[in-house]
Amino acid sequence: MTTVDVETPRSPRRAERSGRGINLEKWGWIYMRASGVVLVVLIFGHLFVNLVAGEGVKAIDFAFVAGKWADPFWVVWDTLLLWLALIHGANGMRTIVNDYASNELLRRIFKGALVVSTVVLLILGTLVIYTFDPCPDVSADQLELLPSFCGVGA
Amino acid sequence: MSTPTIEREPVAADAIQSFTATLIIRRFDPEVDEEPRWEDFDVELFPTDRVLDALHKIKWEQDGSLTFRRSCAHGVCGSDAMRINGRNRLACKTLMKDLDITKPIYVEAIKGLPLEKDLIVNMDPFFESFAAVQPFLIASSKPDKERRQSPAERERFDDTTKCILCAACTSSCPIFWTDGQYFGPAAIVNAHRFIFDSRDDGSQVRLDILNDKEGVWRCRTTFNCTEACPRGIQVTQAIAEVKQAIMRGKP
Repeated sequence: MTTVDVETPRSPRRAERSGRGINLEKWGWIYMRASGVVLVVLIFGHLFVNLVAGEGVKAIDFAFVAGKWADPFWVVWDTLLLWLALIHGANGMRTIVNDYASNELLRRIFKGALVVSTVVLLILGTLVIYTFDPCPDVSADQLELLPSFCGVGA
Repeated sequence: MSTPTIEREPVAADAIQSFTATLIIRRFDPEVDEEPRWEDFDVELFPTDRVLDALHKIKWEQDGSLTFRRSCAHGVCGSDAMRINGRNRLACKTLMKDLDITKPIYVEAIKGLPLEKDLIVNMDPFFESFAAVQPFLIASSKPDKERRQSPAERERFDDTTKCILCAACTSSCPIFWTDGQYFGPAAIVNAHRFIFDSRDDGSQVRLDILNDKEGVWRCRTTFNCTEACPRGIQVTQAIAEVKQAIMRGKP
């Protein structure tokens, strides 16, 4: 007795473009969950240290920020916070654009604007965190512009 | 056993209070209308009547041109999914007494699929994505005897066997409304039914299909599908289980 081979009735609609190379949608989904968990700790830690601990919200001024960024711990914390939160937010916006912008051109414009603004903010933010100097070398006539804790000025 | 007889007098029909309900139905006749329009009907009904009975009364007594699908009329065939007061329901399973009859009841076709006439939509895109997940047993091995399955293995996918393909879930999904590229909850539910079936050998194929850009990752877990399902299937949970299976690489 011979068996008859019945072919699969219909080849899947999207088979040819599925699952080649790395799947960005999958990794985007994983990133959102992983970064979300880390961000819960980072954000609430940030809020607690800035707004609740010690003197509370009244403590925040230029010196407070300068003091925090003198500590490598807070430099790493804020860098992580910046990168994880910005990319998390940008990816969320990307999914919203994918879901709701039906016009192909509009979709490209939105996504392009998202990428540009995210990259600019990431570079700018990282630059500020790592090049921040509360007491820079300034010429003598600008000394009074420096904060009082720099030990010079008035 | 004795011959069955009626032991009690049937309750007189007038013992149950009837009432007049207003149904506002979104009508569309492609031969006449440019745009769908809302039309209201007053119907005399009992609290035990269903929305489908109201539609029947309108069609049979007031306006024979009212067009809708129904087949079994008992919540099994999945023909009469429609949007009742903004929620996807089966007209044959929605009792009038469960609706607020002091206000008009809005009835319209399900969303996200091309409207053909009145309450009828073109279901082709829905069944295309259903077919795309290969919803049939793929068993490559040639068994010498029957494929045995333990009650626990059967239990694993029991929930998703209940689907009647009424499209209430898929047409309640905001992602499906936007561009129609997303597979939609119903297709994923039916993939789930075979992915987690111990007798099936095609799980990997289906997981690959659903690992697509337009596959399970477009689900935003809004739970509209779970809320809409007339069979009480935990649709969003099924989708999440498929996501986890893709992450693991096996069911």
